[in-house]
Amino acid sequence: MNQRPITEDDLHAYVDQALEPERRAEVASYLDEHPDVANRVAGFANQREQLRGALASIADEPLPVELNLPHIIESRKRRPLWAWRAIAAMLLLGIGGLGGWTMRSVLQDGSNGLSALAQEAAYTYGVYAPDRVRPVEIRASDSAELTQWISNRLKQPVRVPDLSVSGYRLMGGRLVATSHGPAAMFMYDDDRGNRLVVLTRPMINRNQGTPMMPQSSGDVAGFAWIEDGLGYTLVGQLPTDTLKPIANEIRKQSRPI
Amino acid sequence: MKDMLVQVEPLIPALRRYARALMRDRAAADDLVQDCLERAVSRWHQRRDGSVRAWLFTILHNLAITQFRQATARGRHMPIDDAGEQELVSAAAQEQRLIYRDVLSKLARLPEEQRAVLLLVAVEDLSYADAAKVLGVPVGTVMSRLSRARERLQQEMDAVGPRNVVALRSLK
Repeated sequence: MNQRPITEDDLHAYVDQALEPERRAEVASYLDEHPDVANRVAGFANQREQLRGALASIADEPLPVELNLPHIIESRKRRPLWAWRAIAAMLLLGIGGLGGWTMRSVLQDGSNGLSALAQEAAYTYGVYAPDRVRPVEIRASDSAELTQWISNRLKQPVRVPDLSVSGYRLMGGRLVATSHGPAAMFMYDDDRGNRLVVLTRPMINRNQGTPMMPQSSGDVAGFAWIEDGLGYTLVGQLPTDTLKPIANEIRKQSRPI
Repeated sequence: MKDMLVQVEPLIPALRRYARALMRDRAAADDLVQDCLERAVSRWHQRRDGSVRAWLFTILHNLAITQFRQATARGRHMPIDDAGEQELVSAAAQEQRLIYRDVLSKLARLPEEQRAVLLLVAVEDLSYADAAKVLGVPVGTVMSRLSRARERLQQEMDAVGPRNVVALRSLK
């Protein structure tokens, strides 16, 4: 018989009962012929039994009130009164702060349309990033649908940037209205719950490319640029130094191949 | 939310068990699980496809690691050999209890990353792929940590058999 050699991984998977029946039988007959290995494997299986036995009673204990899930859900529902006020306050502060930096960027560049885009991104961030219920309309799990919808509406192929190398996962996206027509918003988050927004739309003057413009005020920062006729902006409540490599990554990915 | 209740609630006992085995302190472990559940409720809509079990364990594991790091930064050490076991076992018969106590104190001597992988795989029945997700490492790393954990625990167990421990401790 031409059998695949037995590996250490097979031995562990045997102990953890994670093998397909066929492979399991192969490992079992191998162990029959190799008592020393069988002995080791029996030791591992014994450890497993002892650990499970030692810890089993914890899972049988009645749950304390603090771990009552319906209560936890309920107390979140009852929170809105003050929570929404806090969010609204943060939103106002956020928009105030962002307004500051977009005003400054209007004064700085004005002509190529990036300032308008940056302002739109600021409003979009202010409205959707604090949203805990439905920050995005189409979730990352349906990203094919998202890409197609966005590309149709922007009338040109749009790629959703992949920021996983920077530690950010796509949450999803939506179409947002701007005074220059529809724009695509993509939202990302990391394990700590930091959210980033990328806003992109065709530029009116079809400018083929501009350098990346840094923008920041308070704890909100952003970068805006034009690549191949599409305007891009990345905003988040992170230092510019942290956002810069992420913006570079987006720019790299948005370049035509 | 109904959907979440149905999927999350049955997993709470397992989350408690994992937290307590890692933290070795009942109150600290339950605090961690509570924190985990609150996050799960608020991030339910952000959940990606895949196993809810792996998702919850990931949140819990990250919280535990953060706590370990903070404890280390503050110069405090998690108890290794003293407190803890008493709370871990309560129902088992005396001798069985000592054997259990013994294996848990040996488990506690493993490096944190080996302990976590052994608990996730051997006690919580996570697949190797799900354990890899929880720990944020490739499956190959899960396998090598699992192997090292088991070899090391075995060495400890072979050094002083549980029977001997029972005999010695009964003399006291």
